[in-house]
Amino acid sequence: MTFAVVVFPGSNCDHDAYHAAKHVLGQDARFVWHKETTLGDADVVILPGGFSHGDYLRTGAIARFSPVMAAVADFAAAGRPVLGVCNGFQILLECGLLPGAMLRNRDLKFHCEFVGVRVERTDTPFTLLCQQGQVLQLPIAHGEGNYYAPPEVVAELEAAGRVVFRYAAADGSIVDSANPNGSLNSIAGICSEGRNVVGLMPHPERAVEAMVGSADGLVLFESVVKSLASMGSLQAVAR
Amino acid sequence: MSAHDSAVLERHGITQDEYERIVKLVGREPNLVELGLFSVMWSEHCSYKSSRVHLKTLPTEGPRVLQGPGENAGAVDIGDGLAAVFKIESHNHPSFIEPYQGAATGVGGIIRDIFTMGARPIALLDALRFGPLSDPRNRRILQGVVAGIGGYGNSIGIPTVGGEVMFDETYGGNPLVNVFCLGVAKRDGLIKGAAGGVGNPIYYVGAKTGRDGIHGATMASAEFDESSAEKRPAVQVGDPFMEKLLLEACLEVMATDACVGVQDMGAAGLTCATSETGSRGGVGVEIDVAKVPQRETGMTPYEIMLSESQERMLLIVKRGREAEVERVFEKWDLHAVKIGEVTSDSKLRIRENGVVVAEVPNRALTDEAPVYKRPFAEPAGRKDLQQIPRELLRPAPSAADAFLRLLGAPTIASKRWIYHQYDHMVRTNTIAPAGASAGVVRVKGTDRALAMSVDGNGRFVLLDPRQGARLALAEAARNVACAGAVPIGGTNCLNFGNPERPEIMWQFAEAVAGLGEACRALEIPITGGNVSLYNETDGKAILPTPIIGVVGLIEHADRMLTRVFPAAGLDVVLLGEGRGELGGSEYLLNVHGMVRGVPPVLDLDREKALLALMATLASERRVRSAHDCAEGGLAIALAECCFNSGGVGADVDIAPVKTDAGLDALAGALFGESAGRILVSVNSDATGGVLAMAKAAGVPAVRIGRTGGSAIRIAVDGAVAVNCPVSDAESRWATSLAEWLAGRAA
Repeated sequence: MTFAVVVFPGSNCDHDAYHAAKHVLGQDARFVWHKETTLGDADVVILPGGFSHGDYLRTGAIARFSPVMAAVADFAAAGRPVLGVCNGFQILLECGLLPGAMLRNRDLKFHCEFVGVRVERTDTPFTLLCQQGQVLQLPIAHGEGNYYAPPEVVAELEAAGRVVFRYAAADGSIVDSANPNGSLNSIAGICSEGRNVVGLMPHPERAVEAMVGSADGLVLFESVVKSLASMGSLQAVAR
Repeated sequence: MSAHDSAVLERHGITQDEYERIVKLVGREPNLVELGLFSVMWSEHCSYKSSRVHLKTLPTEGPRVLQGPGENAGAVDIGDGLAAVFKIESHNHPSFIEPYQGAATGVGGIIRDIFTMGARPIALLDALRFGPLSDPRNRRILQGVVAGIGGYGNSIGIPTVGGEVMFDETYGGNPLVNVFCLGVAKRDGLIKGAAGGVGNPIYYVGAKTGRDGIHGATMASAEFDESSAEKRPAVQVGDPFMEKLLLEACLEVMATDACVGVQDMGAAGLTCATSETGSRGGVGVEIDVAKVPQRETGMTPYEIMLSESQERMLLIVKRGREAEVERVFEKWDLHAVKIGEVTSDSKLRIRENGVVVAEVPNRALTDEAPVYKRPFAEPAGRKDLQQIPRELLRPAPSAADAFLRLLGAPTIASKRWIYHQYDHMVRTNTIAPAGASAGVVRVKGTDRALAMSVDGNGRFVLLDPRQGARLALAEAARNVACAGAVPIGGTNCLNFGNPERPEIMWQFAEAVAGLGEACRALEIPITGGNVSLYNETDGKAILPTPIIGVVGLIEHADRMLTRVFPAAGLDVVLLGEGRGELGGSEYLLNVHGMVRGVPPVLDLDREKALLALMATLASERRVRSAHDCAEGGLAIALAECCFNSGGVGADVDIAPVKTDAGLDALAGALFGESAGRILVSVNSDATGGVLAMAKAAGVPAVRIGRTGGSAIRIAVDGAVAVNCPVSDAESRWATSLAEWLAGRAA
């Protein structure tokens, strides 16, 4: 299974995603420079965190124009799994693969800390091994993670079960004090209509080894491996 | 008669004597461009002219040292064919004038020093000093500095894994921003900042040159006064995105062998980069300023040479490998421009469209800079300051009240408000929890980890500079030892006032002497660092503040220790002993409002034994946690062990002490800041073994109590002095800094 980690100028969690996939999960992983126009043999695409192009304009606003993004859009349209983490999520919002936008955190400060993240849906390729309602301890590290979308869009997301992750207290309760940035409905991550494109602000790739504070993020990677494996076996059956 | 009148010389910070030296070295009167080159290279900031004679006495060699002082950063061998490359630098003056950009560019500058050596930067620490937070101006400076450090470090993706902050009146007009960076390189892949190979092309890469920062180094070599705010244009603006591109592109280029040498353009910009690489390599350097990418039109050679625009690098490339290097930079959308070449005549020759506009020997700018043995004299009032007159003492609060007051003091309170704005986890190497005394990063691909700490208590240094500097090194070393590391190298950032004043120079000389003593005794070589002088505003100097950074090696990363008590029912053992020393303590400051007395004694032999013992206890997994007793003494250290533990309390009984005349003996036992003490928690069946090992090592050790319960309970000689629920103490400690910054505390 091959993980393609897209590297934009200013990406800085690219190595972390690569490390998680390659060294912790033992899968194939490779970097794809943003000027490339194909994703090659990728089975899953990760848009990593960082400050693409410095995020001097709006977060992710310039990265969406990178040549590789056309290939990412095609990959997503084919129903194949794409994960956007932090800046990668912001890029997915900017390019329209996911709806909504990010505002600055409500206290106008950058936050780096572990937060509780409740898994709302297990019917995405990145959460299928999770338990519904399970609370993962994942780090956040962002200044603009305050998720916003017009009320009708949020209603649509909720109705379609497209809110995949919510900030939550350790016991799973959704309370304002557990919401680090002011996101609407405590939204930490969402998925596309086809459920194959998932974006979230917390960093699962930073929580794949107990030594660095948590291994709760590993399940997202294991899920997509499992998802691809079962798709592979289905294809084999079909053949 | 000089070609430049005295006003011109003064504006360049050049004395008449220095001017005559320049004329002699150049063999004629310098033109204005040349005078500009000398003014920045001979500034205190670049030349170390007041400090050099003292710095030479520091020990710089050791079995692991791969690179000592004189390069962009020091390097030590960490095994597995790898080197740790690290250095600390100050950005004090710019941070006072423009806190956000001053701090941000300080971070950018030290990161460049590390990757210039061919190392990938993987950790940052900051030692910060501010005036009291009761003053809104100091709050604004702190907030700006913290935002600037975060703004740069978070964006470039290098974790800020630790640091420390202290407060004192004297930093109000002159905050300190000292930034430490550590990188990892292949041992045989270290790159030097030296030019070589006559005819090799010299490349400029990175941001364009603007008029910003002209004479920044000269600004950092003068005192502040009321007009300092007008110097704002001399502060540069940071662009972490540009530096991220430079970092990645340079590391990619340096991984080939197409580069002879690399040097960043920091203080004194292009002037420093060209003359230092030429001088180190013993060759000449010739460049044409017209080829230098410029952000503004009509820039003169003088301005181009003196600009301190950020995020610029100079590379000396092997002839014939140009296309290869250019291709890498093109990939990152950077333009590497050939601006000159290495020559054989040992001169720095500057042309503008081919016409020579300056030509001076490289060594005249660097090695031939003046060296001053400035006069020094002990300050008159120091002996008085070492006294604690009974009549100056305020009525003492109860031990319980003093305990809570100290927990809320800005220097002691949790720094979470600060560090949660720093990305301390990116690159997934950070294995010590945020807020630990030492930052710890694992070295991927090996079993090892590196622990690092920066420390320096200016109050101790004020009261006794020699002793204060010894204590600073010992504390930094103890902090990395508490994480389970063996200290392997040090770096220093020496922040002092105006060296032209004999009492300041005395502080400096004494502190360097003390640092040298401690480094030799603890076998920690100093591999580089930085000196920041003229930290004064309106004639009032800061507390003399040597910040010492120590790097330690943990052989097995999974044996790292933290300060937090992991469970109830463990024995609490004190390594070392308290002597009730309150001189220069947080207690004296917060309770009696004074910085007085004699700093704690430090037995360097015993400290060395303690460090070795601690590393062994960790590597043999004989203890469960370890924490150094520092500001606020044993009582505060014990409380800190209970914090972040999920409410594990402790019940201990400590020995009484005698204390300085007139001071409360109880306070001495609880809050005295005696050096050489570590609190460890131990499984009770292992306590006997730990005590025996300590005895064999010559380190006093005693079991003082147990972890558990929901309170922090401290008795002195059987009488309970502090009995505070962990939750109350922790909430005071955890929220205090935010309260101060919101202007709600006093």
